[in-house]
Amino acid sequence: MSASNSDSDWAPSALKVLVAGGFGVGKTTFITATSEIPPLRTEELLTTASVGTDDLAGIAAKTTTTVALDFGRITIDRDSVLYLFGAPGQDRFWFLWDELSHGALGAVVLVDTRRLPDCFAAVDFFESRGMRFLVAVNEFDGAYRHDPREVREALSLPPAAPIVTCDARDRRSATTVLVTLVRHLLAAPSPTHANSASTEVGDRA
Amino acid sequence: MTSRSAHRETWLDEAAGRLVRPYTVSAGRTRPTTAMDLLSWVVATGVRPRGRLEPDHDMALGLCGVATTVAEVAARMRLPAAVTKVVLSDLVAVGAVLTRPPSPAADPTDRSILEKLLVGLQQRL
Repeated sequence: MSASNSDSDWAPSALKVLVAGGFGVGKTTFITATSEIPPLRTEELLTTASVGTDDLAGIAAKTTTTVALDFGRITIDRDSVLYLFGAPGQDRFWFLWDELSHGALGAVVLVDTRRLPDCFAAVDFFESRGMRFLVAVNEFDGAYRHDPREVREALSLPPAAPIVTCDARDRRSATTVLVTLVRHLLAAPSPTHANSASTEVGDRA
Repeated sequence: MTSRSAHRETWLDEAAGRLVRPYTVSAGRTRPTTAMDLLSWVVATGVRPRGRLEPDHDMALGLCGVATTVAEVAARMRLPAAVTKVVLSDLVAVGAVLTRPPSPAADPTDRSILEKLLVGLQQRL
């Protein structure tokens, strides 16, 4: 960083937590409930080499995808600000998660029990990257309430990963999820390698 | 502040969004000259570049009055993050903006940082 200042006191630390889960599970709702500002949206333009495209001209075929990221902010104190980033829901954006998860403290995987398989990609991703996470079951109105233990079993969650229920619309409930995540981060040592965990759940999907 | 809002009206339209295509702003460039993360911090140095700034550079500079992150500048400018980084790195190159990585701490998973985070979140309950 050529322009980095040796005196870095002019800005706090930007901490990052990811909010992942399937499309429509309530990621932006969760961010809205917890953030001190209305959620902001930025777009990342991603250029990726197309897979399975004929390359007759010798020019690598590229596709550009625009992915919208919603994020919110919670000022902790003078020295630290927490940013919550909603990770795009679709599996095909896993490469963006790689960028997003760089430097992230941990992740919240939001789950809608009516569409449980929608969160498999997120759980797989965080396990394979050794990123610590918890599962938060978003209890939608009118949805059948599952016992968190049933959800844990259905997801083959490792015992260390906490599972909680929440109402993503409610500030207190959503903030409690973040508190539980940070407690988990403090309690569980950072996994060095998650290969064993990913084989454990490899045949799930 | 009034000149700011007048300026916004010229380039942003509530219904239509941006009136200029994103890559026109960065003159087709997609790689910033200074490496920046979505959560890199940026702040105006107070050095006003000589000559007339391009409207988006002017707007970006205005948004850096207090330390903020690349992601927030991008969101407020309604520009893709990649383009915003190019604009900001132009400003860094002329000394108008300083940038810094997201965290000066060596390890963001540092226990003391997590403990402070826990206290801060609990206070919001």
